[in-house]
Amino acid sequence: MADLVSHPDEIKIVSRRFGQGATKLDRYLELDGYKALQKALSMQPDDIINTVKNSGLRGRGGAGFNTGMKWSFVPKQSPKPKYILCNGDESEPGTCKDRLIFEHDPHAVIEGVVIAGLAVGSTQGYIYIRGEYRYLSEIMQKAIADAYARGFLGQNIFGSGRDFEVYWHGGAGAYEVGEESALMESLEGKRGIPRIRPPFPAVVGLWGGPTVINNAETLASVPHILLGGAEWFANLGTPKNGGTRLFCLSGNLERPGVYELVVLDDTACIVKFALRTMKFYQHESCGWCIPCREGTDWLKKTLIRFHSGGGLMKDIDNMYYLSENMLGRTFCPLGDAAAMPMMAFIKKFRQEFEDHLEGRPCACEGAAVEQLPVMAD
Amino acid sequence: MPDVNITIDGKKVTAPAGTLLIEACKSVGIEVPSFCYYPNLSLQGACRMCLVKIEKMPKLQTACTTVITEGMAVSTDTPEIHQARKGMVELLLGNHPLDCPVCDAGGECELQDMTFSYGAAESRYIEPKHHREEQQWSPVVYFDRPRCILCYRCVRVCGEGMDVWALGVQNRGVSSIIAPNQEDHLECEECGMCIDICPVGALTSGAYRYKTRPWEMNHVGTPCTHCADGCKTTLGVRRSDTGMEIVRGDNRDKSGINGDFLCIKGRYAFDFVDSAERITRPLIRKDGQLTPASWEEAFQLVGRNFRETLERHGGQAIGVFGSNRTTNEENYLLQKFARVVLQTNNIDHHRTADFPALAAALAGKSGRTASMRDVYSAPAILLIGSDPTEQHPLLAWQIRNNVRLHRARLYVVNSQSIKLRRQATLFAQVPESGGEAAFIDFLAGNAAHAGENAAQLQDLRDKVRAEPELVVIFGSELRGESIARLVNALPQAKFVSLGDYANSRGAADMGLYPDLLPGYLPLDKGSSFAADWGTLPTLPGLNFLQMSESAKAGQLKALYVVGANPINRFKVDPFAFSIVRIADAMGFEVHKLVPFRRGEPADMGQSRGAQSGEADRHAVWLEAHGLEPKMSPFDPMAIFDEIQRLVPGYEVARLNLMAGNDQHTEFSGLGALQDPGLIVPANDGLFTSGTLGRYSKVLNSVSENQHRTEQTEVAAD
Repeated sequence: MADLVSHPDEIKIVSRRFGQGATKLDRYLELDGYKALQKALSMQPDDIINTVKNSGLRGRGGAGFNTGMKWSFVPKQSPKPKYILCNGDESEPGTCKDRLIFEHDPHAVIEGVVIAGLAVGSTQGYIYIRGEYRYLSEIMQKAIADAYARGFLGQNIFGSGRDFEVYWHGGAGAYEVGEESALMESLEGKRGIPRIRPPFPAVVGLWGGPTVINNAETLASVPHILLGGAEWFANLGTPKNGGTRLFCLSGNLERPGVYELVVLDDTACIVKFALRTMKFYQHESCGWCIPCREGTDWLKKTLIRFHSGGGLMKDIDNMYYLSENMLGRTFCPLGDAAAMPMMAFIKKFRQEFEDHLEGRPCACEGAAVEQLPVMAD
Repeated sequence: MPDVNITIDGKKVTAPAGTLLIEACKSVGIEVPSFCYYPNLSLQGACRMCLVKIEKMPKLQTACTTVITEGMAVSTDTPEIHQARKGMVELLLGNHPLDCPVCDAGGECELQDMTFSYGAAESRYIEPKHHREEQQWSPVVYFDRPRCILCYRCVRVCGEGMDVWALGVQNRGVSSIIAPNQEDHLECEECGMCIDICPVGALTSGAYRYKTRPWEMNHVGTPCTHCADGCKTTLGVRRSDTGMEIVRGDNRDKSGINGDFLCIKGRYAFDFVDSAERITRPLIRKDGQLTPASWEEAFQLVGRNFRETLERHGGQAIGVFGSNRTTNEENYLLQKFARVVLQTNNIDHHRTADFPALAAALAGKSGRTASMRDVYSAPAILLIGSDPTEQHPLLAWQIRNNVRLHRARLYVVNSQSIKLRRQATLFAQVPESGGEAAFIDFLAGNAAHAGENAAQLQDLRDKVRAEPELVVIFGSELRGESIARLVNALPQAKFVSLGDYANSRGAADMGLYPDLLPGYLPLDKGSSFAADWGTLPTLPGLNFLQMSESAKAGQLKALYVVGANPINRFKVDPFAFSIVRIADAMGFEVHKLVPFRRGEPADMGQSRGAQSGEADRHAVWLEAHGLEPKMSPFDPMAIFDEIQRLVPGYEVARLNLMAGNDQHTEFSGLGALQDPGLIVPANDGLFTSGTLGRYSKVLNSVSENQHRTEQTEVAAD
């Protein structure tokens, strides 16, 4: 596991228990653990939702929708059970923030899930963790077991007369399942393929029941909001975006770690980087829709040849054209996520692509690149 | 549903709320292309071909997943949309093998049509296409994997439509591939719906592949000859060295009552016509051996024998056994021939349902029978007995899809755990032999149920009675008085009585009964027929079992069998028939077809081809006494005129019928209670079809046929 990094200007909210031994339940309780949940048990559901709404907390998974608003869409009455789902299928290239939360502060996620349950009237929650985070499953499972042992989960939590069950579920290694509806399909035991919306999960979600699905960081923020208050949290952020955020820094850096974004310096080969990116998306495309399934594959195949020195001038325009045909036309945003950087690479670094032409393999790699036969036009 | 107003390409369109945009476009003649969208199957949004521009939405939207909303403004044909569709076609063609010149689907391929429409002629790719080997999944289903464009239609029609779920998707991304449930082969109902629905040539038919180019065929729509459901199948007929050859069966224009549906029989089992064992020439017994003869010789023999028998012994000495497979017109003529020329009511057929009992129960009531279309739209269905999945595949499809698409309530009462129980709101299992009839007594009464499943049956009775609109479908388990009790117990219901063969109902309607004239009219109510025909024997005839006894006693001297095989079926002793026999059956080897076995085959076997047997019989009848003036003209249209004039219940819209559409007929006669022992179910399953099935290579080739337990009796008709 990576060492923790820190920066003097950081305001630690979600990360405040990192490195504090909070995986142990007693230590977590010393660090104000489960106080928010106990507070929530004495609150009206609408008050919890309004507090979260007013805090300006937005989804930390990427789309950034107001969390309290999302909760308020869940119908009060439902013939089917309601569910809380924690999306811990963190697989975006360069993203590793949820990993740290599961590793250092698993109870905060559990607490957030239960509070969400109290807010929307659900009694069951699932914490879905990326398959590759297998080593975190023990931590998470132990945390859940400990919480059950103390009566924080299960029947009559904290003697309140309320029940809440939490289950852990591991993914099988699919980036696509980070998409919320694909995650629900996966959880139901099906292929991890996104669903058509509407209906949205708040109305028809897991097993057809109303479902709140939030990112792990989002849910881990909730206890802090309940304890610190909506105003405090809102003031930490920008006007319409409350709180702090975890950023992941990786790439050519002295101190990579959880801050933000991929950073490259001018020694990195953009073609190589494009190839790595497309290999990822080609590998992770679920295959459901044509443009993503076929598009990522042709981009990858073309880039392998291009990178190894077999590129043709027309490939550059073709790759751009292909990406344009994907952009905005795929079933889910994964296709956009592949098309946008590809278009940016070509637009901003066309010269670097042209430098690979005429049989010149990647200058950064020398002969070590994947060799494909060079094809004549 | 209230109507919603939208604008499509500037046109104002009104459609019911809940309509999908792609359907709203279609309703005003605007075609929005799609591969994955297929009406009545679940929505996918996968192929992205149906992208359209909806005002105020930043991205293009899929018309197949968008439900129209008031005021929606849509463009379906802008340069951006055209480019998007072209882009999709280009991506598909990237890995699609361009083997169109040898592909079965060439000329009938939706990908070709899309390429034609959106023009993606230039390939931008250099890398080789992904290739995978072709697979054979069953004798009738081949999968050419690289041709697949992953529209998932096959997966859905198999799962959602057929409730078989034999297909799925393996792997992910560009490696995604359709695969059968048994890894490398199919175990399913072999309906071939996956082949039919495939927009390209990925799924192809083992019976048809590489036989022809589609445009070399003529397409001939015809009712399927197998079960009683009346599906339309379109035969692809091609000129060959030996004349015309049937190379394909499918539901090409989907205009029959079966819509999208065909089962294995309707799609492939036309192949009995090509059986090498089929008799194509008349055979006459000479010195104990059946010997090929000319038609003239055969007609003379049969005509003379009939004439002599009639002169010497009278009409009571002749019996006629008609067919469940011949047309109404043929059956009508046959009974008329028996009654007018042979002067006898000794006519019967293989009965598989008690139609006369239903006619009797419904006498004086109108609008109380349901059609195949009603089964698809009824809000509630009560199914008593039968196993439609096996015996009436289209009926099962209609029931299943009514439940799936319209949330119809299905109540099933059966002695077996039939597959349709999966769709049932309530399923009540009743004891074998008599359980269904006992249920009718319970249903008709108010007594509490004393036997097993009491609470369940009670619940079912309450629910069924409370249904305001109900279609009741029953099999041959119900006969005689049970049917009348059922009809009286459910005054709100419409009824369907299930016969087993292609024209079981027609044989009954056309009066192939010793005591009933066409239209279920008892002999003493036949004055209109007597007036029209100039004669009508008044003595009630013998049913088949009585004919057999009469033959044993030496009274019945001649038996004329048309398109049937009664010996096995009724377990009568062929030795009893030491008489003139004419087997005008489906044209197979006579000793097999009409098993007058043990050295006692028929005296004459007569061929009946794909063509009507009309001409043959015409000649027989002429020879039988020069009696032609008493008969109708031998033109099906003229015979139909006579049927419409004389047979109650056949006042159908003729133009509609001639346009190839289905027409519902009511029971309007009086009917009569019959001996229930004469009803013998066919017991055919999905892969058997009596004699026809035994000579179908395809039906015999599929492994599922071998896996099945032996039918209790090999169907013989």
